[in-house]
Formats: sequence, C-alpha cells, structure tokens
Amino acid sequence: MIAEAGLAALWLAAALALLQLVLVVFGLAGRKEELLGAVRPVAVSQGLLTLLAFLSLILLFLRSDMSVMLVVTNSHSMKPWLYKFAGTWGNHEGSMLLWVTVMGAAGSAVALFERALGRSTHMATLGAQAAISLGFYAFLLFSSNPFARIDPPAADGQGLNPLLQDPGLAFHPPTLYLGYVGLSVAFSFALGALLTRQVDAAFARAMRPWVLAAWVMLTLGITAGSYWAYYELGWGGWWFWDPVENASLMPWLAATALLHSVTVLATRDALRAWTVMLAVIAFSMSMVGTFLVRSGILTSVHAFAVDPERGTFILALLAIYIGGAFALFGWRIGAVREGAPFELVSRETMLVVNNLLLSVILGLVLIGTLYPLLTEAFGHKVSVGAPYFDRMAGPIALVLMIAMAAGPLTRWRRDRFRAVAGRLLIPAAVALVTLALVVALAWGRIGVLPLAGLVIAVAVAVGSVAPLWKRNLRRTPLFTWGMVIAHLGCAVSLGGMASDSAFTVEKLAAARPGDTIETAGWALRFTRIMPIAGDNWTALQADMTASRDGGGAVELHPQSRFFASPPTTTTEAALLTRWNGQLYVVLGQETGDGRWQVRVWWKPFVTFIWLGGIMIALGGALALVGRERRGWLMKWRARAAA
Amino acid sequence: MRGLLAVMLLLASAPALAQSALPPAPYADRQIDDPALERKARGLMETIRCLTCQSQSIADSNASMAGDMRSEIRQRIMAGETPEHIRAWLIERYGDWVSYEPTAAPILWPLWAAPAVLLFLGLLLLRARIKRRKRS
Amino acid sequence: MRKMLIWLPLVLFLGFFGLFASGLLKPDDRVISSKMVGRPLPAFTLPAAASDRPPLASSQLATGKPRLLNIFASWCLPCAAEAPQLMALKRAGAEIDAIAIRDARADVDAFLRRYGNPYARIGLDARSAVQIAMGSSGVPETFVIDGKGQIAYQHIGDIRADDVPMILDRLRSAQ
Repeated sequence: MIAEAGLAALWLAAALALLQLVLVVFGLAGRKEELLGAVRPVAVSQGLLTLLAFLSLILLFLRSDMSVMLVVTNSHSMKPWLYKFAGTWGNHEGSMLLWVTVMGAAGSAVALFERALGRSTHMATLGAQAAISLGFYAFLLFSSNPFARIDPPAADGQGLNPLLQDPGLAFHPPTLYLGYVGLSVAFSFALGALLTRQVDAAFARAMRPWVLAAWVMLTLGITAGSYWAYYELGWGGWWFWDPVENASLMPWLAATALLHSVTVLATRDALRAWTVMLAVIAFSMSMVGTFLVRSGILTSVHAFAVDPERGTFILALLAIYIGGAFALFGWRIGAVREGAPFELVSRETMLVVNNLLLSVILGLVLIGTLYPLLTEAFGHKVSVGAPYFDRMAGPIALVLMIAMAAGPLTRWRRDRFRAVAGRLLIPAAVALVTLALVVALAWGRIGVLPLAGLVIAVAVAVGSVAPLWKRNLRRTPLFTWGMVIAHLGCAVSLGGMASDSAFTVEKLAAARPGDTIETAGWALRFTRIMPIAGDNWTALQADMTASRDGGGAVELHPQSRFFASPPTTTTEAALLTRWNGQLYVVLGQETGDGRWQVRVWWKPFVTFIWLGGIMIALGGALALVGRERRGWLMKWRARAAA
Repeated sequence: MRGLLAVMLLLASAPALAQSALPPAPYADRQIDDPALERKARGLMETIRCLTCQSQSIADSNASMAGDMRSEIRQRIMAGETPEHIRAWLIERYGDWVSYEPTAAPILWPLWAAPAVLLFLGLLLLRARIKRRKRS
Repeated sequence: MRKMLIWLPLVLFLGFFGLFASGLLKPDDRVISSKMVGRPLPAFTLPAAASDRPPLASSQLATGKPRLLNIFASWCLPCAAEAPQLMALKRAGAEIDAIAIRDARADVDAFLRRYGNPYARIGLDARSAVQIAMGSSGVPETFVIDGKGQIAYQHIGDIRADDVPMILDRLRSAQ
C-alpha cells in the first residue's frame, strides 16, 4: 500500500503543479486576484505531497519491501540501516524523486516566506517554478517510476554497489542536488522578473539567499566528492578533469559569478541583463551536467547507470526550459534598462572582472569537456584532459585570485588607483618574500604554475583578511566575516593545490614483510600481510608502522578489498594526517617473488585543499545568515507585535 | 549529479574478472633512479590516456596494460628518448585520442584559440560598461 | 550590436543542443582503432608462447601470402569464445599466427588443449610491447597482414560466426 500511496501523492503533486501554473497564467493575464490568491496554498500543498511521496520511498527502503522493483535492484535486507536509508537516493529514480521533493519544498518556501518581491513578480516566479517542476514530474511518472512493483516479489535485494557503502558518499549526492535545486529557484526568479520586466534590486535581494544557499551546497558537494575520489581511487589524485567532475564544476563556476553579480545588482542596481543571463546559465549548467552524467555520451571514470532514453528525456527538458529561457531573454531583455556605466577603479569594476574571468573559465571547461564530442562528429577522436585545463584555466584562475584579494579593498562607486595600490602594498610585499623563499628552497624542482600558485595563495590569504584591518571585529557585520572567510578559504585551497603539485614526494616500492620503506623523512615498516574479513567483503591487509625522524610509531593498514557480489576489487588507502601534510599508503599487487607493490606519497599541506573548500562553504553560510537575519528579525518582531 | 558517486565499477571490477596473472612489468611500478628522469616520465604518463580504462591516465590506472605502458615509457626515457618523441610515437599508433594533451592538429585549433577568443569577447563587453574619462 | 548580443545565447544554446542530440543519436563507440593499418608491421622477435608451436618474428609474416595475426590471451574470456571461429577460418584455408599477451606457457598450452589450436606460430608478448607498437588496445584483436608484411585490416573484439566470411574476404583482397 505504501508504494501506491507514494505514487498517488506524486500524481497529485504533479496535478497541483499544473494547477499552479494555470492559476498563475490566467491570474496574471486576466488580472484575476481571486485566482492568484490560490497560488500560495497550492504551492505549499504540492511541497507537502512530494515530501509524502519521498517519505514513502524511504519507508519502503527501510522495511526492505522486496515487492518494489527499485528496492530489489538497489538494496538488501541485511544492509545496515544507514545504507538502506541512503540507498533511497543512491539510484536514478530515487535521486530524481529527491530532486522534485527538494524542488517542492523550495517552492513552498518561496510561496510562504518571500516578501521582498512585487506581487506579480512573486506570482510569475511561482508559475515558473511550477512549470519546471512539471517537466520533472513527467520524467519521474513516465520514464522513471520509483514505485513500480515487481510480481512475484523477490526473495531478497541485489544489494547496493559496495563503493557506495561509505558514509561520506551517502550524503555527497543529495548535497549536490540541493545546490542544483537552489539554482532552479534562482532560475525561476529570473524568469519571473523577465516576465514582469521587473529586473531590479528587489529581485536581486529576493534571489540572493537562494543563490548563496545553492552555492554553499555545491561547494560542499564538490569538496566531498573530491576528497572521496582522492582516498578511494588510490593514486593520490584529487581532481582529474573528468567529464563528470567538470559537470559538477560548471554550475559552481556559474553560481560563483552569479553570487557576485547579484550583489552588484542588489547594491548598485546595475548589471541587470547580465545577472538574469547568469541565473539562466547557472541552472542550464546543472541540467547540462545532469544530462552528461545520465546519458553517457561522454566516457567517464565515474560512469554509472547510464541510459540513452533518460538522456533523451533530460535533453528534451533542457531544450524546453533553457531554450525557452534564452528565447524569453531575447524577447524581453530589450525592455530592461541598463544601469549607469561604472568608474574604471571601483568595486563594481572589480566584480565585473571577477564575473568576466569566471565566465571565461566556465567557457573553457565547457568547451574542453565537449570538444571530443564535436570532433567525434567529424570522425576524429581526441582527448582533452588535465594538460589543457591546467595550462589554460590555471593562469586565468590565478589572475582571478588577485582580483579577489583586490576587490574588497576597493570602494564602491569610485576609488583612486593609488589608494587601492597602497592597500595592496602589504600583500605584494608578502608575495615577494614568499617568492624569494620558495625560489631559494626549491628552485629547479618546482614548476612555474605551482610556484605562482604558492606565491599568490600566501599573498591573497593576507589580502583577504585585510578588510578586517583596523575594524572593530565585534561590530563587523556577519556577511563581511562570511566574505573574508570564503576568500581566505580560496587562498587556503589554492595553497594546498600548489603545495601538493610542487612538493609531493612519491615512492614506489616492492617490499616484503620485515622491510622498511624510507621516504620524505618517514620510515614505513612493513610488519606483515594478513587476510581479514569484513561485513560483506574480505581483504588483504598490510600492517605497517610509520614514524618520522625517530618519533613515535603510528599503525597503518592499507587494504586491497574484494567484494563478492558484484565482484569488485577496491584499494583502501591508509591515510596518516599531520598538520603539515598527509602520508598516503596504498597496497598494490604481489610482484611474484613474495614482495608486494607499495605506493607511498607524502603530500605536504594537501588537506588544505578540502579545508579551504569547507571554509568557502562556511563563509557562504555566514553571509547567508548575516544578510537574512535582519529580515527574519523584522518579520519575527512584526509577528510578535501582531 | 551523483557525480563522483557510483564510480568506477568498471575499472575496479576489471582486475577481479579478467586480467593477466603475470606480475607487473619491471618499470610499471618502479621509479627510475634518477629523479630528473622520473619527473620527465611521470609528466608524460600523467598525460597519456589508458586504453582499457574508461577515462584515466596511465599514471592513475590499475589496468595491466597501463602498467605495461608505464614500463615502456620509463624504459624509453632511460634510453634517452624525450617525452615528446614518445608521445608522438604513441599518437602515431593510437591517434590523437591517446594524448590528454590536445595536439596541434587543425581540428584542434579552435580549442587552442578558445581562451584568447573568450577573453577578447569579455573585454569587449567590459569596455562597454566602463565610463570613459573625459579628456580635459 | 546589442540586438545581436541579446540573441547570441539562444544561438549558442541551439548549437550545443545539436551537439548533444548528435551525441545521443550516435553513441560513442569507445573503440580505439589502430592508426597502423595500411603501414608495415613494426619489427619484432618474440619467444615461443606454447610448447608445440614455434616462436614468431615480424619477418615471418611477410611471406608473399596474406596471413591473419590473432592477438589473444589465455586469461581472456572473449578469446575463448572466438576460438571456434578461428578454427573455422583455418579450415577455410586461412593461415593464422598469434601473439599471446601477458601470458605463461603452461596457461597457453592448457588454453589451446581446451579450445583448439588454429595457430601456425605463437609469440609471447609478456609486457604488451608488440601490442602497443601495433596500436592494438586490447584482447582479442585480429589483424590481416598482407604478403608484404603490411597491416591491411584490424578487427577489434572477438570474431563472431557472421564475421568469418568478411574476414576471409579481407584476407583475399589483401593479396
């Protein structure tokens, strides 16, 4: 019964979305206030129904109902409850249901809490939101029904891919989803504003929290995904410029640009057309990413259940929404007046430079990712990988970092070039000192890009805390703290990347128990190798002890794991984290003479990459709370007074 | 997307199903003694695409053929060949596909021009937004 | 100028849409064909891979008569599946040599006992060196070598029963 109830809730929600769209269209076109009055309750009910459908699916998974196809193919009765729970969205159908659920919840929130927008723009936004939801409901109901039954019921499930049975990975996908859906809300706001031609500061203020929230989620999702790839792939890499990774990076780049342009629009009422365009591009990148991952038209290391039919469906949605949005943009944006031009030396110009560079990087990633597809159409197979992206996007990203440090030190409206240069004097001095130090210590061993990365990271770290200089820290607004922490996070992350690529020490060794491997000041003693058994796997585990410069020994246990169903081998790297880096040990194959391949890396400050990612997300969250708190307080007081 | 999520089932399951039981080639997982040569070899291996994997460089792959290619590359580097010569040799056999670094083939010119074109377009747009100083 | 800029995103989007649609219609075949087809076989000398077959050198493939060169391995399942087709080719008069990839003599012997032995000579390529030199990207693959020792054709993957006449055709036309 639960499955039928869930399906019924889903159909009802779809019907309500249609109703919501119809109400808005006729209400706005005929100026019928009584129709528009029903929109908000309908939006909220739609959200509740999607929640009900999703809870039903969770319940089916928790109860291991083996009469439901999705549970049979993605779960097993003997799995720990956490993975039954996470298994709900660890598959195509469940993840799409999660998508519409978050979309429904976001629609309810826009209906309930949005106060900044004019009435008609608010309604048009809800209408756009309903129109987008409809497409996803159709996708679920017609091509990916999560509640389909199987008759007769299966004896037990087929289990979840062992690689997915990892606490970190259980929550990586929903985090990214929250980001995508947040961008879909921003997209709805943009469509609403285009429809009513009210692209103004109020629109920007209404959209900003959604962009910020989406951006925080995307940042967390990418950071988690990168760390997971780092420890699970077993080769010490943390970013491979793989199509699927690029697919998650592109919406983040667009959202970062949008985040900054929406601030210009909210503060200075400028960059109207550009901000609307970015909102459309940000969501279109989410859809393009989803399409690339699900359709399997590009080969990826991270390939999973791909299906051309679903790809066709997503492509159709992409054509309708994104094509429609660009057409609407062309049709309506002519009526939107552009703000006054900027002074050359001003915060506005810095933010536009930020947008320009981010867009160029986004364009490069998009072109580089899709170029093999293009040449394939001409019968020429090529690969575009790390060398291209590093060499092309790397220098632009470094310039962007410098702009990021200079931006907050430049005044709105108008500033003097000499004044800005004066404020950058200390970071510039720090840069010179770092350059001298690194060159003295590592000349000849360090490439140009890592060298520039290190120098810029240190200088930008100093520059990004400069906005707090001579300020009363207690009275500094929360969103300024957020900006400083996020910018500092970028510098920290860049420092980690540069340090990893410049100073990583690699040691490949063949060792037998009793041997000691020495590298980068570490002595790694290989004690023994033993088979061990886990829940649903067996492994060969090497026992090793690591010590540095005669210090205390720490035990490490790299494994080579075998899963029986489906037959899979995974390498479980052993990581030893120190404040100044990470020791990364992988057990490889047997060499045939009783020795084992052992791969050891000492990666100085590599953890800064993800630490920076977390700081960026934290900064975004602080900015979100800081910006919105005043509104919440006012609302709360008004309610208390009433 | 569940981006980094349902990873490499293919890649990871390959060794369990059908791979040679033979031990890795001599230089598949052994560094060249001279660190400068090893750095050269490593730089090349990171940009050569593994033939039997989904989308990985031979430097990051467990596939046995990737190991053989690493060994081949290290031995050629030790014999004094330059990385670019080895890359050309591989491209001669497998086409541009095998190199993660795009070549200078005419079909790739637009790709190499992309950064300059994008930056130029951006600056053009930017110029329209900046107030021009009146000459006094 | 502004008018054109406004419609530029839509135009670009339509371009991308076309690209995606063409990608969906023509799925990536993921087969990397050798660029050595039409060129001389690289020079090699390989030790014997099986106890009862002589070793293989590239010079022995330029005999004036086209031959098949099968690349296989005892640990490869599709290679076992294509064995009957290779036997059929041999019965139809094809002369077949082989290179065993990353293999051991005992394993090759057992494989041939079990699935039949259509090969005249078998060379052992323990480190895939010859395979890489030929631009081959996996097992099994079958090359048609013409009488002058040039690679005339590359068949990627296992040979199915309905591929046999086509391969015989290729062999004849390589004359």
